[in-house]
Amino acid sequence: MSELTLVQAVNDGLRVAMKEDESVLVLGQDVGPKGGVFLATDGLHAEFGEDRCFDTPLSEDGIVGVGIGMAMNGMKPVCEIQFQDFIFPAFDQIVSEAAKMRYRSGGQYTVPMVIRTPYGGGIRGGLYHSQSGEAYFAHTPGLKVVIPSNPYDAKGLLIAAIQDPDPVLFMEPKALYRAFRQEVPDGLYTVPLSTTATVVEGEDCVIYCWGAMVPVCKTAAERVSESRGKSIRVIDLRTLMPLDEEAVIQATRECGRVVVVQEAPRFCGYASEISAILAENAVDSLEAPIQRVTGFDTPFPNTLENYYIPDARRVVDAIEQVLDY
Amino acid sequence: MSDLLQIIDREGNKVGTVPRVKKEVFLDMYRAMVRTRAFDDRCMKLQRTGKVGFSVPNRGIEAVSVGAAAALDISKDWVAPHYRDFGIMLYHGVSPERMMDTMFGNEADSAVGRQMPVHFSFRKPLNFLSISSPLGTQVPQAVGIAMAMKTRGEDGAVLTTFGDGSTSASGFHSGMNWAGVFNSPTVFLCQNNQWAISCPSEQQTKSSSYAIKGEAYGVPGVRVDGNDVLAMYRAVSQAVKRARAGDGPTLIEAVTFRMGGHSTSDDPTKYVDPELVTYWEQRDPIVRFSAFLHAEGILNEAADATLREEAKDEMLAAARAAEAKPVPVLTSVFEDVFEETPAHLKKQSAFCVDHYSSRGEGVNEKGEFPL
Repeated sequence: MSELTLVQAVNDGLRVAMKEDESVLVLGQDVGPKGGVFLATDGLHAEFGEDRCFDTPLSEDGIVGVGIGMAMNGMKPVCEIQFQDFIFPAFDQIVSEAAKMRYRSGGQYTVPMVIRTPYGGGIRGGLYHSQSGEAYFAHTPGLKVVIPSNPYDAKGLLIAAIQDPDPVLFMEPKALYRAFRQEVPDGLYTVPLSTTATVVEGEDCVIYCWGAMVPVCKTAAERVSESRGKSIRVIDLRTLMPLDEEAVIQATRECGRVVVVQEAPRFCGYASEISAILAENAVDSLEAPIQRVTGFDTPFPNTLENYYIPDARRVVDAIEQVLDY
Repeated sequence: MSDLLQIIDREGNKVGTVPRVKKEVFLDMYRAMVRTRAFDDRCMKLQRTGKVGFSVPNRGIEAVSVGAAAALDISKDWVAPHYRDFGIMLYHGVSPERMMDTMFGNEADSAVGRQMPVHFSFRKPLNFLSISSPLGTQVPQAVGIAMAMKTRGEDGAVLTTFGDGSTSASGFHSGMNWAGVFNSPTVFLCQNNQWAISCPSEQQTKSSSYAIKGEAYGVPGVRVDGNDVLAMYRAVSQAVKRARAGDGPTLIEAVTFRMGGHSTSDDPTKYVDPELVTYWEQRDPIVRFSAFLHAEGILNEAADATLREEAKDEMLAAARAAEAKPVPVLTSVFEDVFEETPAHLKKQSAFCVDHYSSRGEGVNEKGEFPL
């Protein structure tokens, strides 16, 4: 066991996966000797050498396109896109190629590849170092989307993603990279994809969230428990695609009141999909309209980012609204 | 860059050093070119008679595909193709019936009827990557395949093919740039057929050639007469040899002409000067190679005629066989999205089958269920 931050857990997960399987390799901008702009790949170049961990030209479609080629030819590349905001030049390679390769070749060619990318606000990064684009990718058949919210999950989910036979977009909440430490087992372990985690037990209301919103929702749930004497369940979805829909429907049936929290803009966000699934499958269990707490439908602001990102007060208000309905 | 590698001129006369290969290889190349044209002709007829929805004319570019194919060792080399390369598959023994299965999108189609016609994908007898419709995306992928070979110390090479239009797409740039930086064993083959649908080369680039673009990436560029199959064979052989020796990538520009439309949905008479077509008809790659083989005494009139007839018959038989096969089962729509089908797709699959079977659809004439 070691006390690690989330970014250290990512680093440890990469190291363990690279030791375990020599076909695993890491590529991206500045991931080599520098160890990545967030130090997620720190020390890997020195430990595994240039062939296993290397810097690339400044070309996102190249990083992903080359990664796809490597994956089709026996390697397990872990591509880093330095900020999720810079992933869009690679959108074609991700959406048209990686996600569709198994399908369009009748299973003859597959892309066991992970694309790691830090996402979300909270570092005063403005429009282009802050976005939460999970909905673009969760909408794409053939692509898995995984978002950890703590060091233990970050390592276990990352190793599971690397072992997975299909392409996985692994979005890391950069606001949580160094926010807290947690005991993380040494060596190999996995957290299975497509499983949710109940991070706070409760039965009067359930909050669905992921990534950087998980600690915000925990705080909000605790505040409402204290102020109202109600127990609020918090569920970390962890894998957005393929989602464990049954777990979400079941918890809704048990709690009856639902809040969905995301940092991303509201319209057509992932919270909307959760709301729709529940409207179709659990409306008979709902005792109040579902509330979404989200970012706004604007580009991501810089100076005033704290008013954009949902905070515990906004989540508390939403919980109270569904409790009081 | 004005130099054009040529070994036989348009009358079939030797103007360069003929590659020293067994005469069977010449015959294999010739047969593949004739079969490529026959396959193309059959596909055009199938489309014009409404039997398949779409095809991509290959007329005029046969020497590019076949000359390049002949330079590969498919026990270790891969191909990351674009969609106008029937000859690579036919040269290397993909059966026309399997190709027709993709044209018809039937249950035997290697892509299970999921792709449009012409978007072939084969793992055997050669690694012929699944063809994409977005342009140039295969180029960086080819570099990745090659880098994986290099990492493992293998001496394979990857041939990636694309048209002149694709040199304007980002994949060409990123792939070439990476190949230069990483010295990857990749052969970039630009089939300069002079058209990107209706847009001629002048609208694609101000460069004096496509081959010259390699220079900016530190990748040697070669211009080849793309209607001269022996020149193509020579250029690609040399590029593959360089790749195997660890000397890195090569860009080859094959200068040819697309004698048909972009696709069966296109009417090239609206934008192609008929005089240009006449000019290129006189440079037909099959006529030229045939004249060479006759002059060399490798092929005679009778054998040539037989070979052409056999090719036509072969393609007709392949089309008939593919046409007779049923469409894929309905549940195949939901397979191969992921290795393991997740719950939401199982649910959607069950819904789809129920919905259509209750209306008597999705059930084939043998009463098997579900179609």
